Amino acid sequence: MSPTLKSPLKSYEFRREREKSWLELEALVRQAEKRGLKSLPAADLLRLPTLYRATLSSLSVARSISLDQNVLTYLESLSARAYFQVYGARASLFERIGHFLHYGFPSAVRAAFGPNLLAAFCMVLGSVIAFLLVQGNADWYYTFVGADMAGGRTPAATTESLRAALYDGDDSAAEMLYIFATYLFTHNSAIGMFAFALGFALGIPTVLLMFYNGLLLGAFLALYDSRGLVWDLTGWLIVHGTTELLAIVLCGGGGLVLAGAIIFPDRETRLESLARRGRAAGTLIMGAVMMLFVAGLLEGFARQLVTDVSARYAIGGTMLVFWLTYFTLCGRGRGYDRD
Amino acid sequence: MTATDAAATPQAKASPRGERRLLTPEGVPLVFQLAERGERAAAVLIDLVIMVLAMVALILATVFLLSQLGFSGLGLGLTILAFFAIRSFYFIYFELRWQGQTPGKRAMGIRVIDRNGGYLRPDAVFARNLLREVELFLPLTLMFGVEASASATLVNLLTLAWVAIFLLLPFFNKDRLRAGDIVAGTWVVAAPKAVLLKDVAAGAARPPGSPRGGGAAGLDPEFPFSRGQLETYGIYELQTLEEVLRQQGPQSGETRREVAKRIQRKIGWAPFDSAGTEPVDAERFLKAFYAALRAHLETRMLFGERRENKHAGKMRPGEPPER
Repeated sequence: MSPTLKSPLKSYEFRREREKSWLELEALVRQAEKRGLKSLPAADLLRLPTLYRATLSSLSVARSISLDQNVLTYLESLSARAYFQVYGARASLFERIGHFLHYGFPSAVRAAFGPNLLAAFCMVLGSVIAFLLVQGNADWYYTFVGADMAGGRTPAATTESLRAALYDGDDSAAEMLYIFATYLFTHNSAIGMFAFALGFALGIPTVLLMFYNGLLLGAFLALYDSRGLVWDLTGWLIVHGTTELLAIVLCGGGGLVLAGAIIFPDRETRLESLARRGRAAGTLIMGAVMMLFVAGLLEGFARQLVTDVSARYAIGGTMLVFWLTYFTLCGRGRGYDRD
Repeated sequence: MTATDAAATPQAKASPRGERRLLTPEGVPLVFQLAERGERAAAVLIDLVIMVLAMVALILATVFLLSQLGFSGLGLGLTILAFFAIRSFYFIYFELRWQGQTPGKRAMGIRVIDRNGGYLRPDAVFARNLLREVELFLPLTLMFGVEASASATLVNLLTLAWVAIFLLLPFFNKDRLRAGDIVAGTWVVAAPKAVLLKDVAAGAARPPGSPRGGGAAGLDPEFPFSRGQLETYGIYELQTLEEVLRQQGPQSGETRREVAKRIQRKIGWAPFDSAGTEPVDAERFLKAFYAALRAHLETRMLFGERRENKHAGKMRPGEPPER
């Protein structure tokens, strides 16, 4: 009789020895899939990684010694399912938000310093150009600011009506403030996310969007400057403007990070570079959306309720100092990727 | 090919398209099946329907509350906020909470994973879903919110063509990545469930009443196959035989008899039992042959020779015969 026939079926013994732990893991994974990891008792939660590693090692062994198709398929599938549970999102939602505010967002802002600067530059460039053009010839104003955007604030309006719009806008009815604030927030956030997503198109639309935003700003400034109201306009803008413009710059910066990853992939492939830098840019945008929410509140409430110019400057200035301190100092000593 | 080679390339056997290997942090490669584009489209559709339903419910609730309580700025503001939250954070919320699944994805049995085998990070979820602005919401707005003016039509068409590039991106790369997947470094894979069935070899019973011993599972002494007979087939044939033996249903008996006859002819096995009088039971023969073949091939594998199918090289004739 040949030795082949005498040798026991090793894969069968192997399975008999280990299948209990596989089935135990399967039961845990099934419950975690159905009712979430939290539904598992503490003891089972501790067993999960151990069982997962044991099963993974079984898979490894099975691949080299077993030809039982069903066992192989089963172990592949079970390992994958357990892998999802073990390496799924780890912390609770609140912990993650805390981590995001403390480390993720500020370090993402610092990491994208160059692109943010470029986005800011585009915006400033736009506003300077528009300011100079409108100052030279007021008709340019109509080119930059559409009728719906202007809302009656055009070179044709009287100085008095322009001043009135700054201090008691027609949206000052207390009831409407909520709607106004949320409208502003949702509108701006949509634009911000859009600016980011457009970065995928090599960043050209992002740059244009930043530039256009600057044009609007410059045109407004020039119009009010011609009536000697620029101090009042800045006060009106600065309440929320420091927060909002910073956030929009960050969105633009995030878009440019994407563009940079495509155009200059360094030593990685474009796919790797996009994957690595794109995630950081995503963090940037989530932070910017949060900032826009703050800006919406400031714009909807603070600006409508506080009509004293110096108080407006104080609020806007405080916000600016706050954000800059936050970005420079918070969460230092921990790189973005280490978490 | 050495044994370690065989372990490192578990998918050396004909691997179907759309299979991706991923190295877990433990260093064991896992094999995943990329989700079909159709499955993903269906998942998005389900999610969109849920979003629209939630929004409609929200509108109805608001209208009801407003008619009951009179006009309230706060209520309306909250509604706008909720609309925004649904539109922008639906996918992000679920993919964070359900570890890469949304209700639509769960219904289709697919999920998002990290391409490098790490855990799915929150920033990846943010990034891949923020890009939906361009991939999903922009085309939807363009398709349903077009003004019918003549000058706008051309511009809209051009924009639509540009946007279509993003929308159709999964069709232009073999990893089926959409722009969001590229940016976040993720894959969308099918998450199949397999059931642990009984080992077929366990069914290759010793003759009824014989003592259970020797530790040799399922090697039926009634069928002493010779080495030459076991050399006829490879792994592919073994696993096909496993499928045949797992078949249930009215046709399975017929199939097994047919397969048994073919194998017997091929390996030159007399279709009678040891006494040489009665024809052997097809199922019992197949199970015994399966167990013997598997034992043989697994032993060969341990010695570093993985024989993929019957066409793969046999033992060289010069080798010393086994005795």
